[in-house]
Formats: sequence, structure tokens, C-alpha cells
Amino acid sequence: MSALPRAAELGLIACAVCGQVCRAVPGDPRLDGDSVGDAMACPRCGSTLRRRKPQSYARTWALLIAAFIMYIPANVLPIMRTASLNDIDDNTIISGVVELWVKGSPDLAIIVFTASIVVPMLKFLALGTLLVSSWRGSGWARVQRAKLYRLVELIGYWSMLDVFVVALLTALVRFSVLSLVEPLPGVIFFGLTVVLTMLAAMSFDPRLIWDGKDTDD
Amino acid sequence: MTDDNSIERAAPGDGELPQPMVRRRRVNASLIWLVPALAALVGLSLVINNWLQAGPQITISFQSAEGLDAGKTPVKYKNVVIGRVNKIHLSGDRSHVLVNVALEKSAEGFATRDTRFWVVRPRIGLGGVSGIDTLLSGAFIGADVGDSTEYEDDFKGLELPPSVNHGAPGRSFTLHSDDLGSLDIGSPVYYRRIQVGRVASYELDKDGKGVLLHIFVDGPNDKFVTRSARFWNASGVDVSIGANGLKLNTQSLATVLAGGVAFQDPPGPHDSTPAPEDNAYQLFGDQTTAMAPPDGAPHYIRMRFEQSVRGLAVDAPVEFLGINIGKVASVRLDYDEKTQRFPVLVGAVVYPQRLGAAYDKLEALAKAHGENPDLSQLMGHLVEHGLRAQARTGNLLTGQLYVALDFIPKTPKVAFDPAAKPLTIPTVTGSFDKLQEQMAGIVDKLDKVPFDSIGQNLDQTLVGLNRTLKQVNGQTLPALSDTLHGVQRTMGTANETLAGDSPLQQNLGATLEQLQRMARSLRVLTDYLGGHPEALVRGRQADPKPAEPKPVTTPAALSPAQGSKP
Ligand SMILES: [Zn+2]
Repeated sequence: MSALPRAAELGLIACAVCGQVCRAVPGDPRLDGDSVGDAMACPRCGSTLRRRKPQSYARTWALLIAAFIMYIPANVLPIMRTASLNDIDDNTIISGVVELWVKGSPDLAIIVFTASIVVPMLKFLALGTLLVSSWRGSGWARVQRAKLYRLVELIGYWSMLDVFVVALLTALVRFSVLSLVEPLPGVIFFGLTVVLTMLAAMSFDPRLIWDGKDTDD
Repeated sequence: MTDDNSIERAAPGDGELPQPMVRRRRVNASLIWLVPALAALVGLSLVINNWLQAGPQITISFQSAEGLDAGKTPVKYKNVVIGRVNKIHLSGDRSHVLVNVALEKSAEGFATRDTRFWVVRPRIGLGGVSGIDTLLSGAFIGADVGDSTEYEDDFKGLELPPSVNHGAPGRSFTLHSDDLGSLDIGSPVYYRRIQVGRVASYELDKDGKGVLLHIFVDGPNDKFVTRSARFWNASGVDVSIGANGLKLNTQSLATVLAGGVAFQDPPGPHDSTPAPEDNAYQLFGDQTTAMAPPDGAPHYIRMRFEQSVRGLAVDAPVEFLGINIGKVASVRLDYDEKTQRFPVLVGAVVYPQRLGAAYDKLEALAKAHGENPDLSQLMGHLVEHGLRAQARTGNLLTGQLYVALDFIPKTPKVAFDPAAKPLTIPTVTGSFDKLQEQMAGIVDKLDKVPFDSIGQNLDQTLVGLNRTLKQVNGQTLPALSDTLHGVQRTMGTANETLAGDSPLQQNLGATLEQLQRMARSLRVLTDYLGGHPEALVRGRQADPKPAEPKPVTTPAALSPAQGSKP
């Protein structure tokens, strides 16, 4: 086993809010946050004491699945309607990217494609990978997986780009008489997807990566 | 998830580290799974909604996909979007395009057999501009649904918008015409110069001998189309020179350019009940023809002219007492062996019903007499009364002839065969020919004048005259000349004699003076003798009173011719 002891092994638990360390009942399953019944609270600030985020696997899975479900209508439904002089155009994410590319702004197309397609997909893949590997208690590439998690958390804030584009265009183009941009239901689903993936990332406890069988250290 | 209601402070234990408090948890269901469940529900509802909203997929074929855009072009009915173009692709033989349209669920009824689809684009025609809104919104596919409920998903798109929408108030009618003229789909139909309808479609007759026009008259004006309405082609400019001068008839400028149809009821009593749907009418060439009495059944007659009918053309009018009752159908030459002449056989088609009431009366009369009211029988009567055909000059300028059926007085009776087919009407020579005949008669008479002998006599007379004149010239005139010379000389002498300074004149003056003096002396003498008659005896005595003689002598001096003093 590892040289350095873990809090759980020492029968200690720290308050996540005020940092108070308590002596927990060893092996109390409730401290993992997945158990049913009474919960420990911080004697100093009253926050619930948990070794890990509560029901991290279940929550992450649920939110991730929900996000994935929402991602389907987000892609299928049009997110934006642009109406100019004699042209009404309903664009889905993909058709918007294609149009941007065809109409000569490949840089923008790449940005939108990255923000709307690549990033969410990467998040699904990354979170899925983290969940599966942690669930199985795999000790494979723990450091890299930790980095992956940090990356997922970091880019989460930027994946709303598409929604921002639509909101910005809607606000800007409304001033013109002959052309009009209005958001369509797809953008709601896209926003939901982004929010749900962020929540999923938040509810995943990266400490789970380090739980389980220690094989490499 | 957790509940903070029951807080139990845990007793500190194990020295320096506190024991955590224990709280009782009440709710522990994994409510988080509601989130994906909800998401799934939303997704599912979207799918179901989409499935419910999805209407039938139909395919419309067009000649060209101009203006159509896959994924954008809407399909509209009464300007309501009922579907959208999904996909556009070429047909297998590349002759047309196939437009795949996704209709909305609510527009299921449009996927029926007699629905019509067409592309609405801005169109500029002589009749006006249509589809101007599509300039801004782009082309769309128009739809018009029919009555059918039979499902159909394969349509042939119309290249032109239909002129009549299904269920539009109004009625359609059929017009027969010889040719289309300048009419086209959409050409206006006028009633009292107001547009009340349009030409919906046209086609050739089955036998190719005419054109069948379908017109649509909008409600509520369709009630003006009566059973006896007359339709005529109002296209172009109709100029006619009549007794009233130049007459110009047009419906509107648009009609002049694009053509049109006008209709109106004929004058006089007529059936004015609105015509039923699809009633068939004849399309006349112009208003005058249209307003003429109905032709009725045509009858063929033949006329045999013995003289030239130069100027008589096919379609020349046949008039009965000045009323046009038909037209010449054929002009052919014949050969008569007996007389060795070339009579002209003129065939004509006449419409006795154009005579109107006259014909009806004749018919009724014939029926009343128990006779066959056949045209041939009637004609027989008329011929008996002197009806003859005559080729007359209709136009002095062009020399065109027409056939006049007229009662010719004192015409010799002719045999008339009422059973002949076609009916042969006896003819008389035309007025012009009559004139020619009369001229010939005059020439004949002139021929009989003995110009030769007259000339000879005249010649002889002239010879005699000549001789006489010679005599006059040779003998009489010189003598006359001499005589005149003599006269002249005499006159010259007389002139000289009478000249102012001639001795004769002077002598005459002196003589007259002396004569005057003598007259004065004579008067003095007579005066004296008047006063003194005794002087004749006694001789003159001296005047007693010198003042006395003045009043006596003065009047005596003034009037020497006076005889005596009172
Ligand atoms: Zn605390």
C-alpha cells in the first residue's frame, strides 16, 4: 500500500467548509455520502461532514445522461433564425458552421465548431472516462485523469459560446429593419446541455480518482 | 437531501479531536435521477411532437427549380405556410426537377389527387404584375386544394398559377371559337367594360377545327351571364366606317395589347335567367356579329348567274331586302352545252332565322295554310312573287359584289323546283349588268342611224355651199368692194365739204347770217304792218310817241316767228 496515510484510514474527517478536522467513526459508510440514515455534521460550523461529494457517481451519471439527452435536440433543432431581405434561414448548429465555412469565415466556423461540437463531446467523453475508470477503481494514469478533470472544469465556462453568439446576434441585428435574428428552441437545449455538463463536472468528486486500488504508488 | 432539523451535538472524545454531530436524515431518494428522466421526457415529447406534426411527404415535379430553395421555400395556401421544401433533385431523365415537400400535419388534406401546386414568382405581364410580394420574401409554392379525398403524393406542378382558385365564388363557362386570337390564359373577361373574370384555360377541339376556351366569371357578377348572353372577342382595335362616320371600339388599352373577351345580353326580349355552370357559348369575332340575331340552322342555296360575277368573293354577304342573312360559300364555273355559255354557280349558306319575326310569321302562315313550312316551300312562294337573286355592287371603290335577294317587279316567271338540293334561286342580271345592257341597246340604236348617207348628203350640201361661197367670193365681193370704195370717196368729199374751214361752211354761215338779218327786217316790217296796216296804203309815217313802242317791240324781238301782236 501507499506510504502516506489517508484521512479515512486515520479515522479523520475534515469539514469542507471551515476546515475543522473531526475524528470520525472508522468505517462508517455514511461518511462516504452514499449511505442512508444519519449524517455527521461539523461540530464547529454545522456543515454536513463528508469524505467525498455526496452520491458523486450517481449525480454525475444522471446529469451527464441528462446533458447527453438534451444534446440531441440541441443539435437537431434550429438554434437561430436569420431573416434578411428575401431569405429566411433557420440554422442548426451544424448548418450554421457549414454556412460560416462556405460563406468565407472558416476561422469563425472553427471556433463555433469547437465550442459547440468538440467541447461538449469532449466533456461527455472525459467525464464518462473519469466516471468509468474511477468506478472501477482503476489506478491507470491517475495524474493525467486529474489533469483531464481540471481541464473539463476550466472549459466548462467557455462552452456557452454558442448561446452567447445567438444572444449577441439577436441583440445586435434587431436594430436593423430588413434583417432579423431570433433564437429558436435549439439554443435552449444547447444551453441546458452546457449547464448540465457543468453540473455533472461539479458533482464529480476528483478524489474518487485516487480512491480504490493503489497500484502505482 | 439532508435535513438539519435534528442536530445532536456529539460528545467530544479521543482527546483533542471533536466528534462530529449526528443528524438524522429523512429523505434519501436519489432524486438526481429525476433530471435525466425529465430530460428524456422532454426529448421524447419533442420526438412525439415532431412525429405528430409531421405531415405527408409529397413530390412535385416542375420544369425548373428557379427560385426554390431546399429547406427554405415554403408551400402556402391562402398565404398560410402549410409545408416546406425538403429536397430538390433532378428527375431520372433530367427533363424536370422533383421537389420534395414536407407538408404539415394540419395540411394532410392537401395530399389529395386534385390539389394543384405552382411556383409563385414575380411575374410581369400585360395584364399587370403579380406576385410582387415574392420580390422580398422569395418565391414560394402556391397550393390549391380540390374536392378529392383520394390520397396522392406525386404531383405535377403547374408552370403558371391557375387563374381560378378552387371554391372561388363564380362560375366557369365554355366558349367555342375558330381560333384563339390574341387571347391567353388570364386574359380578362369584361362585362360593360368592367373586368369580371378571366380566361382560365384553352384547348383545341377534339377534331382540331376550333378552339375551346374555358372562362371563369367571378361572383357575384357571374349572374350577368345569362342563357342568351353573347360573347365576343374584344381584342384589338375595331374600326368600322358606318353611316355615322368613323367608329372605334376598344375595351381598354390592356385589351388592345393582351386581348380579352366581352359579353353582354342581346338587345330586345331575351332569356335572362343566369346560365348554368359550364354553359357553352359561341365566341364571336366582334360585337356587331355577336349582337346579330341568332343564326339558327344554316340552309344552302345555289344561284346560277349567266353573266360574269367578277368581284363576288367567298364570304361576300347575302342580303334579303338589305338584311344580311348569309354569305357566299362557293363560286364555281359551269358549262352549258346547249347555250355554249359559262354560267357561274354561286353557292351560299343562309340563316333564315336572321330574318327574325318575319321568318317566324312566314312559317306560321305556311302552317296555318296547312303547307309545309319548309324553307324550300316558302322560297317557292317568294320566288313566285318575284324573288330573285342579283349580284350587286356593294362597294363602288373596290367593285366588290354581294348577292341581293330582292323582289324584282315585272320579272318573267321562272320554274322553281322546291325539291332541288340545294335549293336553286333564280337570278336576274345585276344592276350593273342591266346598265351594261341598256348601254348596249343605246349603242344598237346608234348603230341604226344612217351615218353614212347623212354624211354623204352633208358632203354634197357642203360642196354646194362651197360653190356658192366661191361665187360670192369671186364675183359679189369685188363688186361690193368697189361700191364701198365709191361710198368711201363720196363720204370723203362730204367730209371735206362739211369741214369747218370749207368754203361751203363759210358760205353757209354768211348765208345764214344774211337769212337772219332778212328775217329780222321781215319781222320789223311785219310788226310795223301789224301796228300800222294803213302803212301799206299810206306809206310809213313818223312814230307819234317814241316811249310807246318799247313794250311792243321787245316781245316782237324775242319771238320773231310770232305772227301778230294781239
Ligand atoms: Zn465546519
